[in-house]
Amino acid sequence: MRYLPLTETDRREMLGVIGAKSVDELFRDVPESARREGLVDLPRRKGELEVERIFSRMAEKNVAAGSVPFFVGGGAYRHHVPATVDHLIQRSEFLTSYTPYQPEIAQGTLQYLFEFQTQVAMITGMDVANASMYDASTGCGEAVLMAHRVTKRRKAVLSGTLHPQYSAVVKNLSDFAGYKLEIMAPALPDTAEDIISHITEETSCVVVQTPGFFGELHDLRPIAEAAHAKGALLIAVVPEIVSLGAVTPPGEMGADIVVAEGQSIGNGLNFGGPYVGLFATREKYVRQMPGRLCGETVDADGKRGFVLTLSTREQHIRREKATSNICTNSGLCCLAFTIHMSLLGEDGYAQLARINHAAAVSLAEKLASVPGVEILNKAFFNEFTMRLPKPAAEVVDALADKGVLGGVPASRLLPGVKGVEDLLIVASTEINTDADRAAYQAALKEVL
Amino acid sequence: MSGMNKQGRPTSIGGGSAEGARETFTGNKALQIEEPLLFELDNPGACGVDFDEPAEFTSHLGNFERQGRIGLARVSEPEVMRHFVRLSSKNYSIDAGLYPLGSCTMKHNPRINEKVARLPGIGDVHPLQPQKTVQGALELMNELSHWLKELTGMPGVALSPKAGAHGELCGMMAIRAALTARGEGEKRTRVLVPESAHGTNPATAALLGYKVDAIPATKEGRVDLEAFKSKLGPDVAAIMLTNPNTCGLFERDIVAIADAVHEAGAYFYCDGANFNAIVGRVRPGDLGVDAMHINLHKTFSTPHGGGGPGAGPVVFSEALTPFAPLPYVVQDKDGFRLVETEDEANADGTQPFGRMTAFHGQMGMFVRALSYMLSHGSDGLRQVAEDAVLNANYVLASLKDDLSAPFEGPCMHEALFDDRFLKGTGIETLDFAKAMIDEGYHPMTMYFPLVVHGALLIEPTETESKQAVDLFIATLKDLARAASSNDKDRFTGAPYMSPRRRLDETAAARKPVLRWAPPAPAQAAE
Repeated sequence: MRYLPLTETDRREMLGVIGAKSVDELFRDVPESARREGLVDLPRRKGELEVERIFSRMAEKNVAAGSVPFFVGGGAYRHHVPATVDHLIQRSEFLTSYTPYQPEIAQGTLQYLFEFQTQVAMITGMDVANASMYDASTGCGEAVLMAHRVTKRRKAVLSGTLHPQYSAVVKNLSDFAGYKLEIMAPALPDTAEDIISHITEETSCVVVQTPGFFGELHDLRPIAEAAHAKGALLIAVVPEIVSLGAVTPPGEMGADIVVAEGQSIGNGLNFGGPYVGLFATREKYVRQMPGRLCGETVDADGKRGFVLTLSTREQHIRREKATSNICTNSGLCCLAFTIHMSLLGEDGYAQLARINHAAAVSLAEKLASVPGVEILNKAFFNEFTMRLPKPAAEVVDALADKGVLGGVPASRLLPGVKGVEDLLIVASTEINTDADRAAYQAALKEVL
Repeated sequence: MSGMNKQGRPTSIGGGSAEGARETFTGNKALQIEEPLLFELDNPGACGVDFDEPAEFTSHLGNFERQGRIGLARVSEPEVMRHFVRLSSKNYSIDAGLYPLGSCTMKHNPRINEKVARLPGIGDVHPLQPQKTVQGALELMNELSHWLKELTGMPGVALSPKAGAHGELCGMMAIRAALTARGEGEKRTRVLVPESAHGTNPATAALLGYKVDAIPATKEGRVDLEAFKSKLGPDVAAIMLTNPNTCGLFERDIVAIADAVHEAGAYFYCDGANFNAIVGRVRPGDLGVDAMHINLHKTFSTPHGGGGPGAGPVVFSEALTPFAPLPYVVQDKDGFRLVETEDEANADGTQPFGRMTAFHGQMGMFVRALSYMLSHGSDGLRQVAEDAVLNANYVLASLKDDLSAPFEGPCMHEALFDDRFLKGTGIETLDFAKAMIDEGYHPMTMYFPLVVHGALLIEPTETESKQAVDLFIATLKDLARAASSNDKDRFTGAPYMSPRRRLDETAAARKPVLRWAPPAPAQAAE
């Protein structure tokens, strides 16, 4: 087997040193009833060429997003990732290293984590950020638990703006951890008053997403004020991180914790993962934060260096008293994010956001001209919702047959919810050309 | 530097530089180049991307237009390239050398796995595309499920957990759901966890509101069966047991433990972090396990990536399978179908406990793991376990007289030593580990498991050659000899030659600096 360096001669010599007659002897502690003599019922080894063929065959059965006019969002967005990013993250020193537990020989990882934390804090408008979560959905769950710790209350309010699968993740965690939860009905229009009416003296936090699940931009300021007046925290969720290149960051609107999905920067669609959850908060809450944190220090020679820090919050030190059971972060996805964000910089990030917004505005105008289509948003970034004269799921299916991937039917993520069957959520980014948008418009006309 | 006395003997962590080291003008040391923070490279006007301005359009941002500068660094593409290449040179990696971190399974990461994960039909697919446009992706998930089920001898699997600890959470949630379904969710409040367990186990149990009850170990490094049995009762929900355990030993009584757990009406959660030792040779299903997560980034070599992303699918016994979370893939006459809703699941006869994450899990890791599995096949995977165990036992046998081994072998995939061999030398486990850095090795896992003093846990993995392991052994023998012959400086001031010397972790935690901030206005250049 090409990955296994030991030869039969090596194995014999090593068994001699160990003083064992055979490898079987080394497995003697396994109860007899569980020892398997033969091979498990799976195919034998394959050469690299054959393996590549197998995956190519599976890949051909998918419609690659880049092969068609593509407008699907709903929490994952297709953007152009510069070639530099993928080259750098495949360097052995990044790809094949472990968590930086030996900081003297992991300064590469630690420094980029410090840069990542800085970038995330800057763009969200917050004081500090951690070294990432698995993704935004699990980040939401952790944020709610953190708010419970900070406020010593046990009831969260999830607004109807929140991605339904993020809500499901929070709900699941709350169900099992024994916390109370109020989940508001999905809502597209400005719901600030409605949300505020749910905040009470019992509320630990209110979770609001902007852009919301339907693409609408939400004003967090009145909600933050109302929450703070009642001693609750505002958790702001940003599913599309490119938006913050153009839109007021949650940190400037009073958010106490910001959770965002960082996939759009540096990371591909990957059928849903791995992604990178961004998690930022105010300085005063840092010791209640989940996940790894990288901090600056000096070495024995007085030179600046970086280490994982405040680990007394974490499971490997605190065990059952830890703030979270999290061990892994999204290391390499953070790196991709950091490199892409470095290439963009101040100006590129703002430009990218502007182009995305322009792309969505242009698409909305085109689609609004199709008879029977109504665009429902007032303020949006690169994603909006339209009401169709037919069930959206059927329309998306028919569009796919015409070679256009046209968006996410709201009903897919809100099964059984009344009044959303005809809603289609559509995203447009810098990858879309005028021709793509024209193709969508034409296909939609035919389908409706 | 300060902190040195005249003999060059370090008096504290603030000790001096290595003998013979020269200061340079730049602070660089040949190939080791100092690199500022990205933000210190900021050059107004520079940019690493080129975009065309969009055609005239009417903003629909409402009154949410961002005002003011964000503060991001402005840097060109070549500078970005050089910055990250220089950072990379400060990292140790498995591609560069033996990485014997016990419990972490740092093995070779084949690049075919990276290549297939980047095929457009795999990497460039959206999780919410219509299912008829992602049949290949669903087939891939189904195939991975099949391999995991066959290798573990367990009938059910949840692919979605994002990492090992997330998998633990998923497994324990399924256990709670099963208990609740039979009306015992409330009364079973205790989870038994051996003292030697990974920290994630008690943290997971506590997150779900369980009382964690520690099981002591025997002097052979295994679960004390009698002590364990005496802790069983009608209020116990589960045991969380790592097997092979964190001492690198197979739990001989595991079948008896499983039987006792089941007899008490509880479930058996197995931490599968150490599955590499037994893959293809022992199936957890045959041991009586009810749920086990599998770290794809360990046993199945999806790269560790500097700390993630991981993936932690969970396999389930017959009893727990119906409670596996959404989503999951089924195959029917029309092809593959992703079951995403409770209604669909109930129609299928299952009662999923909920959802662990948005979308469907770490697809990028599924591809790499499946590629690794297909490459090895049933025969190669069995050889993986055998060679991993052989390498670890070779290390144990070769070093047991130089270091001190707390337990009798044979071990499984990792060899555990304690710090008795350092007694009286003034050198601690930490110092010994840091001296390995100067010798060009990543240290082993230190101070874990907690059941032995000053633990040194070595996991060579199966992808190390005999030659590489021999040199590693010879190096540790030399270090052990130096330690016992009073060559203390080699240890207490180490490392001397790495990009950074020992870092002050206490200072970092006392006054945390967690981000770069622009210099105070008085000194600001802008």
